[in-house]
Amino acid sequence: MTLSNNIPAIEVRDLVKRYPKSKANAVDGVTFEVQRGEIFGLLGPNGAGKTTTIGVLTTNVIPTSGSGASMGVDVTHDPIDVKQRIAVVPQQSNLDRSLKVREILTFHAAYHSVGRKEREARADQLLGELGLGERKNEKVNRYSGGMAQRLMIARALMHSPDVLFLDEPTNNLDPQSRLFLWDRIRELNQQGLTILLTTHDMEEADKLCARIAIMDLGKILVNNTSSELKKMIPGGNALELRVSTSNSAQLEESLERLPGVSKVEQVTKQPEDEPDIVIYRLYAESAASLVGAAAQAVLTSGGEVRDLHLKQASLEEVFIYLTGRHLR
Amino acid sequence: MTQPRSRFSLAATAFLAMLRRDLTVTGREFVSFLLQALMQPLFFLFIFGKVLPGIGLAAGAFVAVMLPGIVGLTSLVASMQGVTLPLVLDLGFAREIDDRLLAPLPIGLVAMEKVLFAAMRGIIAGSVIFPLAWWILGDRYAVRDDRIGILIGMIVLTSCVGASFGLVMGTVIKPEQISLMFTLIFTPLLFTGCTYYPWGALDHIRWFQIATLFNPLTYAAEGLRYAMVPAIGGRSIPTLGITWILLALGVSVIGSLILGSRTFRARVVT
Repeated sequence: MTLSNNIPAIEVRDLVKRYPKSKANAVDGVTFEVQRGEIFGLLGPNGAGKTTTIGVLTTNVIPTSGSGASMGVDVTHDPIDVKQRIAVVPQQSNLDRSLKVREILTFHAAYHSVGRKEREARADQLLGELGLGERKNEKVNRYSGGMAQRLMIARALMHSPDVLFLDEPTNNLDPQSRLFLWDRIRELNQQGLTILLTTHDMEEADKLCARIAIMDLGKILVNNTSSELKKMIPGGNALELRVSTSNSAQLEESLERLPGVSKVEQVTKQPEDEPDIVIYRLYAESAASLVGAAAQAVLTSGGEVRDLHLKQASLEEVFIYLTGRHLR
Repeated sequence: MTQPRSRFSLAATAFLAMLRRDLTVTGREFVSFLLQALMQPLFFLFIFGKVLPGIGLAAGAFVAVMLPGIVGLTSLVASMQGVTLPLVLDLGFAREIDDRLLAPLPIGLVAMEKVLFAAMRGIIAGSVIFPLAWWILGDRYAVRDDRIGILIGMIVLTSCVGASFGLVMGTVIKPEQISLMFTLIFTPLLFTGCTYYPWGALDHIRWFQIATLFNPLTYAAEGLRYAMVPAIGGRSIPTLGITWILLALGVSVIGSLILGSRTFRARVVT
């Protein structure tokens, strides 16, 4: 399959999906692109429209309006071609329980016209890589949640897709399985696979995704890199100083005069056992560039820096800031 | 993908792989499949073909009229069950079919594969009745041998009716309605399908005779009677006209396939 390299792996334009008998749009005018070789995260609370968006891109949801394309192929016009290029790992196991583990992989590949020798070799290789080699002749009903998840990833890779859709891949997994999967996802991406994952696990999105779109109520609220998103919270980027000083009023004044500082905040009350310790938070466009000047200002005022660190908003704070605290 | 392949070749390969998958799975549980399909006919043949005539409660000729009905019912039910139950569970919650829906072939072919395989199950189940009947009925086993072509055609057609009707059922029924399905669909199907009596004998209950014409099993049983019941004194048993039978069964298959493909699509693509 030859495709020119500048076509994005995934392209979504003004996508709207309203389910029959529903009063609101499940997806309400979503537009985004995922470049080839990228890991892109769709973040959002339950019911935000993430799974519906994936459903459109994986051909089992028909858009009400707008369009979606994988590797330049429109999902509504040519779903069969799209299916050759994509693979899906759903939220819940849909593994074929009538088959043995290895057969699940070989039959999947056979559905995709992978030849016998090739599919058998690939099945053994993937089962080994995903730590399932020893239990390949069992049926899946004896598998744990983590093993089933790994098997679904192995299955998805059997026909060498260009784009992999992972719908909440590590939901309900134990920490070991989660870390293992994160490593595998990164490896796959390094081998050139484009990955779109949905999650509401901030840590997962932060660790894996090159770019993140936060979705709520069917709309994309923001779409950027994790570090850019963290700058969205007012004062999200700050330098925190823990200072021993006898003249806090004067020090605060000189900190405020430092170039680039937008605001200085005295954070906590002085602890009783250390009456001369004060904590300041300096907000600025680039808090890191204040380190030298702030330390100098403390020394000049006769104080002493006890601790100094950059404070960045977590992705979770950004998420809550954008989508609100109420339960869904 | 090592080389570009035509759409047709991709779809055909996927379709055959799905058939192979179903063969593998059924092959592994072949004994339980046979038990499931044959338990009921076994007892029917024993009670109506051996016990009742033995104690003088049924005429000897009755079993010759009933045997085609049993073949028809077995084929129809086996093929119907082969698609309905798995589909209800699959579409309801298991979603094991998703992997096949993501294969590079038109979605309708996934449904057709299910129908084709279920029909094969129906053909096998119906065919196995013959040695079973021969073994249980002994001297009373009587099947004419000059209409074998029609007999084979009838078993195939009956199984296709069952499988395509099963597709409609499987895509319409929700998992929580399965037990209701047995009461509301299987029971009337069983008793209004002219399985245990020839259609012509119903003319003294005219309304019921007309009602049975809405059951495809009636045509299956009558067609099998036409193909199987030996002529007595040079005269064949009167049945519904074979042309009408083939027409009714053909219409049932095509109608169910069209409706079933639509309901299937509605369930898997939203």
